[in-house]
Amino acid sequence: MTALTGTGRLIRLALRRDRVLLPTWIVVIAGLTAAIGASVVGLYGTVEERFAAASFSAANVVTRIFDGPAAGTELGSLVLMEGYWLLAVVTGLMGAQAVVRHTRHDEETGRAELIGAAVVGRRARLAAALALAVGATLAAGVAATLVLLALELPFVGALLAGATLAGNGAVFAAVAAVAAQVAASARAANGSAAAVIGVAFLLRAVGDALGDVGEDGVSVVSAWPSWVSPIGWGQQARAFEEPRWFVLLLLGGAATILAAAAMSLVGRRDLGAGLVPPRPGPRRAAPWLASTLGLAWRLHRGPLLGWATALGVVGVAFGIVGESADELFGLSEDLTAAIEGMAADAGLLELYFAFTTGLLAIAASGYVVQALLRVRTEELQGRVEAVLATAVSRRRWLLVHLLVASAGLATVLGLLGGGGAVGYGLVTGDWRAGVEGMLGGAMVHLPAGLVLASLLVFAVAVHPRTAAVVGWTGFGVSFVFGQLGALFELPQAVLNLSPFTHVPTVPAEPVTWPPLVVLTAIATALVVVAVAVHDRRDLVLAS
Amino acid sequence: MTDVIRTAGLVKTFGATRALDGVDLQVSPGEVHGFLGPNGAGKSTTMRILLGLLRRDAGEVRLLGGDPWRDAVDLHRRLAYVPGDVHLWPNLSGGEAIDLFGALRGGLDERRRADLIERFSLDPTKRCGTYSKGNRQKVALIAGFASDVELYLLDEPSSGLDPLMTQTFNDVVREARDAGRTVLLSSHVLAEVEALGDRVSIIRDGRIVETGTLDELRHLTRSTIEVQTVQPVPGLAQLPGVHGLSAEGDRIRFEVEPAELDTVLARLSRAGVTALTCTPPTLEELFLRHYDVTVPAAGSRR
Ligand SMILES: Nc1ncnc2c1ncn2[C@@H]1O[C@H](COP(=O)(O)OP(=O)(O)OP(=O)(O)O)[C@@H](O)[C@H]1O
Ligand SMILES: [Mg+2]
Repeated sequence: MTALTGTGRLIRLALRRDRVLLPTWIVVIAGLTAAIGASVVGLYGTVEERFAAASFSAANVVTRIFDGPAAGTELGSLVLMEGYWLLAVVTGLMGAQAVVRHTRHDEETGRAELIGAAVVGRRARLAAALALAVGATLAAGVAATLVLLALELPFVGALLAGATLAGNGAVFAAVAAVAAQVAASARAANGSAAAVIGVAFLLRAVGDALGDVGEDGVSVVSAWPSWVSPIGWGQQARAFEEPRWFVLLLLGGAATILAAAAMSLVGRRDLGAGLVPPRPGPRRAAPWLASTLGLAWRLHRGPLLGWATALGVVGVAFGIVGESADELFGLSEDLTAAIEGMAADAGLLELYFAFTTGLLAIAASGYVVQALLRVRTEELQGRVEAVLATAVSRRRWLLVHLLVASAGLATVLGLLGGGGAVGYGLVTGDWRAGVEGMLGGAMVHLPAGLVLASLLVFAVAVHPRTAAVVGWTGFGVSFVFGQLGALFELPQAVLNLSPFTHVPTVPAEPVTWPPLVVLTAIATALVVVAVAVHDRRDLVLAS
Repeated sequence: MTDVIRTAGLVKTFGATRALDGVDLQVSPGEVHGFLGPNGAGKSTTMRILLGLLRRDAGEVRLLGGDPWRDAVDLHRRLAYVPGDVHLWPNLSGGEAIDLFGALRGGLDERRRADLIERFSLDPTKRCGTYSKGNRQKVALIAGFASDVELYLLDEPSSGLDPLMTQTFNDVVREARDAGRTVLLSSHVLAEVEALGDRVSIIRDGRIVETGTLDELRHLTRSTIEVQTVQPVPGLAQLPGVHGLSAEGDRIRFEVEPAELDTVLARLSRAGVTALTCTPPTLEELFLRHYDVTVPAAGSRR
């Protein structure tokens, strides 16, 4: 028996277990590619528009940070500039989580012990997990290539773009393989891999921000930090301009070295433990923790911190860009028309605030979905049993989670809008416009976000098994309709399905209370029904 | 005094599975009540109905004078529950989890908390995610027994504990009984229930098939008799209450039910007994008979 005996069988087992999950990820990646591609293709129809967009993005530090380095006026280049980093992050998360799921997570659930006792080599489980993850990222790359080809972009560019995407995924999967050997728990391994992805994003953001505008005026020559980031490598491939194929060697080499390192670390740790011992925790609970509210806060604070930081930073950036709002809208006639359709006689700046806060507020409501799915996880993983066997009523337990998640959403929106106000105020000195535009525009979406939250609570109470599907579908519908509805000229009746459609486009329009009151009433009604049903149903209990 | 727990005709179905099929369970104040039965017999389901975590389909339940579904929160202040499989938050330390459960139940006794952590030799600074099954069980046991409550519902509480810790657990349960608390203890380990239990109920296929004190149950079981007689004993095998007869020369061996013991002995003495041993029944036999799923439940009832 070699260290790899049984790898093939384990791969088949893993494929079977992930037969729904991985295809879903790949469909999401293909969908994102299609959404980004279609919006760029739709917005920048003429050469002039493409030139204006590329030169604006090349010269503007904020777009360099949050999009990527401009690389010429080809349609494909604009697509990758807008969205490559997002696709790379999502593909990376897919690969990283797959590796951790089939290594450390299996060890924590005890499944790995059963496998380990069978005829399976020492390194077989890691090898199978890596093979599965790399296979999935390759599939995602192929899917992206096919989508780009369907958008009638050139073959060579689409091929290289898909290949770099797969390469990014493979590198992050290999990072997760190393993290899975080192970290103290599956959670910590996932967290470390996500942190590496975040650092890769930041490095290339710094590199692009510090770079220079190229001689042609429509591209960026990035500084060195972009060249130490795997996401940076992907963006530097310039797939549609002058392809740099050697980038694939960088990606492949890094993935191979990391995977080999992980393989050699396997033998040095125990099953279920990492090389790093877990830190001890406090001997006693802090006074604030020992209550339903304290526990809910403890469970929600990690994700909240992440979302609040991300959207706060994004808010500041969009506030800063507000200074050149008219320039930005001048880039595309379609965009100008779509924006002006939002409110006929508003100024361009107000329209900019309304448009960006609308989009970002929907993104922010993803927090509430993630937070409230925790309620479902608590029940599914059996932790709720011991809590509800104490003097805590079902109602209190459910409502406290809703309260913390809702307050969290208000905080995220506040930081998004507040950050925007600060960003705009700092560069223009006009604090009032920033507060009204960014903070007002963000906060007005709170009732719509609460409808999404209450929908999720309703699903958790009434049909817990579909809660995750309901939550993410609700979020996806809101997002797609909000961003692309107007662009694709969907009928109003369909757009009305999203609670966010009904929010007044503050500050382009004045705040109108009736829709906000109705949204709040709908949210309240859903929660009332949810609580009543939840009070009556059996708990889902791990047996 | 009224019963701490009384159920009558308790029924619970999960889809096509009839998990409880008319459970009649009665637990008196101040007793340690053993709750025995094979896998899937319905022990955990009964406990969860007693806690109001599951809703009964039919039947009556009273717990500490209240309705466990309707009065859940008030009743839970007066009881502590240790689930069969303890799931905790991986990031919380054991000490944090103990304090949390204590606070949610309405406070815990600091001295007992410290004492129990010491006796169960639990390291409260370890993260719950790194605890073994037994250590997770200890967290729930410490949180439960450090609370000042009237009733303990323990679902296979010692299943993950090593022999030394099982000893500690037994001591803790005895202390609770001596302090006048009531304990319902489900288990697969007869020895544990024999060591702790005042009364026992055996559940099988969602019904209580046997209930009473350990002595009462012993009376229900067959004695084994080995006998040598001068003359053969015709028709012994056909006597009511005689089972498993085997003969080897003039030695006969069989089991007899307690009610028929007198008749059988009379018949033997007429044949002239030269040697006789009578082995008293063990609970283990009774217990295993109920665990033997190849025998239908009704057939094992006398
Ligand atoms: N949520 C559920 N859905 C469907 N069936 C269930 C559910 N919970 C329990 N059952 C079934 O009800 C029956 C009783 O289960 P229960 O867990 O009460 O048994 P138990 O006596 O505690 O067994 P064990 O000794 O294995 O813990 C079993 O047949 C089980 O499969
Ligand atoms: Mg059980």
